Amino acid sequence: MKPAPLTAREANLIGCRLCHLLIPLPQEQDHCPRCGARLHQRQPNSIARCWALLIAAMLFYLPANLLPITISSALGTRQSDTILSGVLYLLNSGSWAIALVIFVASLFVPLMKMVILVFLLVSVQLRSSWRPKDRTRLYRLTELVGRWSMVDIYVVTIMVALVRLGALANVEAGPGAAYFAAVVILTMFAAESFDPRLIWDRMEDRNE
Amino acid sequence: MKSLMACHECDLLQRIPSVPEGRVALCSRCAAVLFRPKRNSLDRTLALNLTGILLYAVAVSFPFLALKTQGFVREAALLTGMKVLYQQGMSSLALLVTLTCILFPLIEMLSLLYILLPLKFGRKLPGAVRLFHSVQVLRPWGMMEVFMLGILVSMVKLAKMATIIPGTALWAFVLLIFVLAGSAASLDSHLVWEKLDRRA
Repeated sequence: MKPAPLTAREANLIGCRLCHLLIPLPQEQDHCPRCGARLHQRQPNSIARCWALLIAAMLFYLPANLLPITISSALGTRQSDTILSGVLYLLNSGSWAIALVIFVASLFVPLMKMVILVFLLVSVQLRSSWRPKDRTRLYRLTELVGRWSMVDIYVVTIMVALVRLGALANVEAGPGAAYFAAVVILTMFAAESFDPRLIWDRMEDRNE
Repeated sequence: MKSLMACHECDLLQRIPSVPEGRVALCSRCAAVLFRPKRNSLDRTLALNLTGILLYAVAVSFPFLALKTQGFVREAALLTGMKVLYQQGMSSLALLVTLTCILFPLIEMLSLLYILLPLKFGRKLPGAVRLFHSVQVLRPWGMMEVFMLGILVSMVKLAKMATIIPGTALWAFVLLIFVLAGSAASLDSHLVWEKLDRRA
């Protein structure tokens, strides 16, 4: 049998997450002597913090999708669009490529991100030892793609800037846009507060 | 101790691998990217950041897009959308867009210039450590490339009802996205931290 891989924690060291410096314990100060980042062997309250942000994001996900994100008026008629109705409109008018971009960025990615984070949290809490490498990969994926959900917010920003033709055509941002932005930010913070080292901690217990 | 490091994603203790320039050092257990040494990292990042600041100046000051329909022309600059959102009572949204697409990218470029230019001559300016720390923390919150995708989507959306005229700022913005991507790819933060070490 191969010897158990030794982690910084087992060796009584802290690896700075920002600059990778190794610092021996006990450490008098709680900041990295090289880069000044706060030092923790594991992010404090990582799981509770991640759950809190995630649940808040889930709550906001409802109004984000039910309330209109844009209110457009043209020649006296007003039309409110939610994210989904915007995607369907694009699909019906033949812009399927743009419909796909918005669908993936605004509906699929935030939902997948929340599902993955719930899965990771539950798996860590159940002390699962199932495929740690793949779970770390899933975590990396959520960190990587989360930002692209902001695209719909930027589309709204550009639309309100350009479509200001008074009675002829006008676009206003709806309340759904603010909730949606909150979902994106909360899930980004949730992913940031999750400590992937928790996935691996279980491996050392098993090797003992 | 000096030759060891711990993976930031799985905490595995390992010898700092010697990796040739242009390659990536991966964690041997979880395959996280530990660092990527680059050829002429400082020079390249500096050159790209200087270019970026010039392009940025053009991108925020010139007209961005214009919309023309039935004799009406509506011109917008990069900041117009944020101003209009603010006027519509969506001040938090306006703030968010301003931070992620205007302020954070600018802060990052200026900070890197402030940190890396003196480093090139073997000097450290006061506050450089703290600043580089903030640059790394703020990095995921600069979202200019996502804004670029938003521009493309809006252009296709609007092309049906009006003529869209791209302005000078748009071209500068497109170039800026590539320059920023190049700067992010050429920056070797591992090297910068070694040079910035406040204990040395």
